[in-house]
This record gives sequence, structure tokens and C-alpha cells, in this order.
Amino acid sequence: MTRPSTVANEALPQSGFRTLLYKELLRFWKVSAQTVTAPVLTAMLYLLIFSHVLQDRVQVYPGVQYTAFLIPGLIMMSVLQNAFANTSSSLIQSKITGNLVFVLLPPISYFEFFSAYVIASVVRGLCVGLGVFAVTLLFGMPPLREPVWIVVFAVMGSAFLGSMGLLAGIQADKFDHIAAFQNFFILPATFLSGVFYSIHSLPPFWQTVSHFNPFFYMIDGFRRGFFGQSDVSPWLSLLIVATCLGAIAGLILWMLKTGYKLRH
Amino acid sequence: MGSHLELPDFFQFMTTAAIKVRDLKKRFGALQALDGVSLCIEQGEFFGLLGPNGAGKTTLISTIAGLTRGDSGSVLVMGHDVVGAYRESRRSLGVVPQELVFDPFFSVRETLRIQSGYFGLRNNDAWIDEVMGHLDLTGKADANMRALSGGMKRRVLVAQALVHRPPVIVLDEPTAGVDVELRQTLWKFIAQLNRAGHTIVLTTHYLEEAESLCGRIAMLQAGRVVALDTTAELLRRHAGAFLRVKIRGPLPAELAARKPVEAGGSFRFRLKDYDEVAMVLAPLRAAVLHIDEMEVMAPDLEDVFMQVMNQGKEPMQ
Repeated sequence: MTRPSTVANEALPQSGFRTLLYKELLRFWKVSAQTVTAPVLTAMLYLLIFSHVLQDRVQVYPGVQYTAFLIPGLIMMSVLQNAFANTSSSLIQSKITGNLVFVLLPPISYFEFFSAYVIASVVRGLCVGLGVFAVTLLFGMPPLREPVWIVVFAVMGSAFLGSMGLLAGIQADKFDHIAAFQNFFILPATFLSGVFYSIHSLPPFWQTVSHFNPFFYMIDGFRRGFFGQSDVSPWLSLLIVATCLGAIAGLILWMLKTGYKLRH
Repeated sequence: MGSHLELPDFFQFMTTAAIKVRDLKKRFGALQALDGVSLCIEQGEFFGLLGPNGAGKTTLISTIAGLTRGDSGSVLVMGHDVVGAYRESRRSLGVVPQELVFDPFFSVRETLRIQSGYFGLRNNDAWIDEVMGHLDLTGKADANMRALSGGMKRRVLVAQALVHRPPVIVLDEPTAGVDVELRQTLWKFIAQLNRAGHTIVLTTHYLEEAESLCGRIAMLQAGRVVALDTTAELLRRHAGAFLRVKIRGPLPAELAARKPVEAGGSFRFRLKDYDEVAMVLAPLRAAVLHIDEMEVMAPDLEDVFMQVMNQGKEPMQ
């Protein structure tokens, strides 16, 4: 039988961060058919259809075929959407089923909470991205001119979308709220970011509008890593994505610290 | 909430009571869920927190656990402020929530390992196995949480609260809707933990459980503590007795005026003391009524509870 002289009075144990991260990773990995394989299949269908229809009709960059142009955009779109889905679905499920209490009762700091959820979303985003990349190799090996940008924008983009998912999960009281956030914000912003086209092919007004969409910079910077050319400088994209990530991380950390909608 | 360095009775306040709540207030919209709750639970106590639905019991427990933040006042667990020193206070506390919640992705063992890891305790399998053994969960260790019955899920909730060996254990209605076997298993284990020195705080609607287990009891009503004393003292202070009689024929008017509770053909009279038994029997004898059954009963905690709740506010002693 235990004695009451507990860990509370003994040497301080380690943080719960590692376990929370492990739990979040295990959570999506246990249903990987739904969380990894299905989005890879979806991206594959996009690629088959769009490349079949547009391959001979569109050339975005000189010397780059449309299918090759499309592949990085599809990879990044899958990375972003799945990073968002990971945090938002995990949090809303825990809120609705009530098991979030298991995470709120232990001595996990708000920064550890934020980091564990977002890192897990980055890992899921990267897993899906690698899966899509592997499948698209069937269409040939794309060039990897500046691979550092691929890694930088994949990680920062998925961290940004993972944070957006956390924000949506904190705000939402039911699944409908997450669906609305996804359908009316994430999906349009992703589709209107240059996944399927270069913004230079748009009318001037829509080009201007695109510059207010942070998703555009993530995809443009990511694509830069493949082709060595982009619509805007990758440094500008990096600055904008980093600023957006810093702003949303700051907002979420404040929410977690004050217990907004989690600790009533 | 927060630091209390400015308080004049700082040193008294910092003694390591298991739980110390001071003038805690919490409002949800128009509802004043906690209205200045103060109480002190010493280490090693088996403490009962009673009250009708909506009295503020769960809000109080949630605030102690850091799930809810009070509007004003303070809460210390083992001397640690639940906001300012939340890491220490949460390590000292194990909470069994009222709702039957679980994570459907994991097995029982995974659930307990993960919960243990949240408290920074890895390689805790020996203790996890011991807790599962005490709660008859060993046979279900590898079963998915979704596959468990309600009673088994309740046992896992208890095990989750104990994985980090907290000195203070709070059980929020742990036996609501569970079978006799689980109750017995649970109370045996909890009593064992209490004997080993753990402080136990229990809320329950089963007053006979509270009466038999708790050394001290607080009663809440509308967010306020309306009674706080040892169980024995509460029973003594609300002394008196009950007389139940079953008679043949109508109740004499003199006795009807005492407004007895009628149930199953019997009349239950509340008495100030045992001397009053004769005052009830005299009119029956005068009316030459035959008594089929008669029983004199001491009050139980339910009687005390009803009396306190009906009084509204019990004078604190």
C-alpha cells in the first residue's frame, strides 16, 4: 500500500510535455488510415484529374510542366489541411467527450500544452506531405533546387495551421463550429493561395487580394524549394509566415494562460 | 486568487492543511455558484462534502482542482496555491470526476500510463499494476476503454486519479449509478488509502455512505457552507428521535396536530428527546387504539441533512 509521502514532496518529476506529445501522436497514428492514407489518396485524385485536364494547356513557369508545378502545391495543401485537422479534431473531441479533464488536471503548463499539440500537428502534416510526395514520384522525380525552403515552409506552415486548429478547437463548443471554420476559412484560403495556379495568371485585383492571404506565402515559399523560382521572394514569405505564426501563437498562449473557454 | 503575502494571518494560513479554502466566490452569469466558501481540511481526514444538486459542490471541487477559476478568495492544496503554484498543487491532488469520461483511442493500461506520464512519471508500471489489482482491473488491462462497462470505466477513473500517488484524493460522487460490488471494492480501497495517511474528500448523494465513512462533513447550500462539523457532532447536535407507530383506527386529533409523516400505514413522529415517547403514546392509550407496530429510531445523517437544508443556514460553531 502506498504511503502519503508522495511525489509531491519528493524530487520533482519530469514534465508531462513528452507524454502529451506522445499521446497526440499515438492518437492520429492509431487511425492512420483516416488521418494519413485518406488525405494522400485525395491528393492523388486531385493530381490525376487536374494534370490530365490541364497538362497540355497551362504552363505556369517557363520550362516547368503543369503537373510538376501542381505537385508541390498539392503536397503543401495536404500538409496544411491535415495540420489544422489534427489539433482542431483532437481538442473538440476531448471537449465534447469530456476527457480534456485528464489533460487539464495534471501540472502541464500552458506553453507545454501549446507545444505538444502543435508539434503533433506538424508531425501529422509532414507524414501526410511525405506520403503525397512518395505517391507523386509515380509521375517522375520533381526537381529539388533549394530543399531548405521545402523543410522551412512545411514546418512553419504546418505549425501555423496547427495553431489555427488549436484556436478553432478552443473556441468551438461543437463539431459544427470546427466544420464552419474549416469550410468558410481554411478551405477557401487554401484554394485561393496558388495551389493550382501562379497568382501572376490572375487579374490585378485578385493578385492584390492574394497578397493578403498568408497561405499564398506558405505555398509560394514551399514551391520555391522545388523549382528555384517563385512569385515573391522566399525571404518575404518567410517573414510574413513567421509573423503570422508568432501572432497566433501569442494569442493562443494568452488564451491558455487565462483558461479561456477551457478553465471556466 | 493568487499570492496571499499581504494577508495579516499569513502564517496561520500557510500551515499545511490538505485543503484550505478561504472566502471563495464564483459566479456563472446570474448564478452565484460559490458565495464565500471557507473551510479547512486537515491531512489524513476523510471529509464529506454534501449538498443538494446545484449547491456548489462540483464547482468547489473544480476550483480546488484548477478546472475552474474563482472570482475571489483562495484555495491551497497541501499549502500550494492552486493558481500561483499550480504544478505543486496539482501534483498533490487526485480527482475522480463525476462524469464517466474516457479516451476511446486507448486501452486501460495505455490510459493509465499516459495519465502517469502527464504527471512526469514514466516507468510507473509497478504502481499502475498495484492500483489495477486493488480495483479488479487487471483482467481488463489490455481492453480498449470503449469495450468496458460503466462500472469498469468508473474504476479506471479512480485509477487515473491515483497514478501519481497524490496525498489528497477528491472523489466527486464516485458511486453514482454503480453496483454494490464496485462500491464495496472502491470503499475498501479508499479506506485503505485513508488509513495509509491519504486525505479523502468525498461528495455523494448516498448519505449512509457519508455517515459511515466521513469523520467530518460540510454541507453546502446555494454556494455557502451551512454546516461544518464532525459527523458525530452533527448527529448529536441535531439530536432527537423518531417514533414510528402503526395503529388500527384514525389518528387522534391531538397527535394529528404534531404533523407526523405517514407512510405505509405508519405514522412517523419527530421527538425532541426520548421522554416525548410517552406524550405520543398517551393519546393513543386514551383513545383505546391498538398498536400493531412501534419503533423508536435515532436520527441518521439524512435527517440531519434535511433539517439543515430546511433551516437554510445552520449557525456555525
